[in-house]
Amino acid sequence: MIRFDSVSKSYSGNSRPALNSVSLEILKGEFVFLVGASGSGKSSFLRLVLKEEKPSKGQIHVLGQQLATMSNRKVPYFRRNLGVVFQDFRLLPQKTVFDNVAFTLQVIGKSRGFIQEAVPDVLKMVGLAGKSSRFPHELSGGEQQRVAIARAIVNKPAILLADEPTGNLDPQTSAGIMTLLERINLGGTTVIMATHDAGIVDQMKRRVIELISGQIVRDERQGGYQTQAIPVVGFGLSGTGEVN
Amino acid sequence: MRLGLVFGEAASGLRRNISMVISVILVTFISLTFVGAAILLQMQIGQMKGYWYDRAQVAVFMCTDIDSTGNCTGEEATKSQKADVEAQLKSDVIAPFIEKYEFEDHDLAFKNFQAQFEDSPLADFATPDQLNESFRINLKDPNQADVLIESLSGLAGVQSVEDQRRYLDQIFAVLNAASYTAVGLATLMLIAAVLLIATTIRLSAFSRRRELGIMRLVGASNRFIQTPFILEGVFAAVIGSLLAGGAIVAIVQFFVKGYLTQALAATTGTSLVGLDEALVVVPILVVIGGVLAAASAGFAINRYLKV
Repeated sequence: MIRFDSVSKSYSGNSRPALNSVSLEILKGEFVFLVGASGSGKSSFLRLVLKEEKPSKGQIHVLGQQLATMSNRKVPYFRRNLGVVFQDFRLLPQKTVFDNVAFTLQVIGKSRGFIQEAVPDVLKMVGLAGKSSRFPHELSGGEQQRVAIARAIVNKPAILLADEPTGNLDPQTSAGIMTLLERINLGGTTVIMATHDAGIVDQMKRRVIELISGQIVRDERQGGYQTQAIPVVGFGLSGTGEVN
Repeated sequence: MRLGLVFGEAASGLRRNISMVISVILVTFISLTFVGAAILLQMQIGQMKGYWYDRAQVAVFMCTDIDSTGNCTGEEATKSQKADVEAQLKSDVIAPFIEKYEFEDHDLAFKNFQAQFEDSPLADFATPDQLNESFRINLKDPNQADVLIESLSGLAGVQSVEDQRRYLDQIFAVLNAASYTAVGLATLMLIAAVLLIATTIRLSAFSRRRELGIMRLVGASNRFIQTPFILEGVFAAVIGSLLAGGAIVAIVQFFVKGYLTQALAATTGTSLVGLDEALVVVPILVVIGGVLAAASAGFAINRYLKV
């Protein structure tokens, strides 16, 4: 579903690469936590999957397509298969909950009839059935994140990328969001979530990929936020000597 | 559905940026008015050329007995000298260029002179024998006057050979200079208009960067994202060009037809551009405005969208 072959990403003006020779494979239906300190390369990883950035080195395959050879014209159609959720929700303040979700479908050219059916369905799924005519500022943080998740999954993407979706939420609300993400994952969607929240990672017991300075230092099935077993250091050995 | 959304986005962009949109309208209005004026001037020049070049002749002036310029020696051109000139005109070398020619003797020249300077004291002083006799030659192609001038001006008894088009060319040079000035001003203004449109579109894109970000994220096609902005620029520019077209029509209606035609009524036969020509100019202006706006808006939004 997603495969990185020794991918490196450097930004100009910064000698240390954001990602350093990362290789990994994520399969269909997996739930993956991406952990690591700020600046460890989690966001760069997500941006590379979205093809918002080009890798400096290496190959990326997503959904059977090699991103390097994809023409700019095809990128939008590729992104329709991906859903994205952010820490800061990124809702449109002047649109209602319904319109925020419907906007996604409108701009990719879905019919009015389809929107009228799909949006209430997805709002019900995220638990906002009664709030479709509210505006974002009238909702709590957790509810706003549910709107953002509804927007990300309304087009039934194969992959959901979440960049610290619980970063702005209290633990209880976070737990609710995680339940929702789990449910989405059970529906067959691959979920990749970058997070700092140790409690959530420890509790969920899913695959954990830990990045330090752009290198994978751990890739553990049913792992915790911190290493409990001997770390599985299978990747990026070439660079481990120069961790700074 | 989709179209409605695109137009809605364009309309909201226009509303949000109303002051910039108005300045785009005004700048395109002024610049395209200059463009239109230049086009009209060129049309006027073309019309006058068509009219006057048909009437412009090459005149071969023969000597009079008070004349010592040219080949003249202060003696009236003799009959045989005139016959020589006429023979030249009929010769195989020159005849193919000539449509027709006629001879203007002293009396005819005097009559024409009197008619031309009717109100001037000059008319009272002139006598028929002071005025040159001349051959008036209409050429098939007025551009080939040099052939005649070369072959005839050396003959005895010929005072000078004049291509009347020379006089007209000066007038056309002035009109041409005026229209080039208008084109120059128009170009400067159009550059300002293009830059202003680009800035306006970038501002508009900036004020909608949240929507744009989400659109790109959820996979709206580039064309879908660009079209509202391009429409915004084109809409403003087309309004400006329609105003310019209106100004051109008004200029023709009130200045050219209302004022110039009466002021120039004395010089008969000068035909001026009319509403027909003005109505040809209007669509040209709209197309120029629309295309320039689409290009600069597309360019601006493209650069904004690039990561």
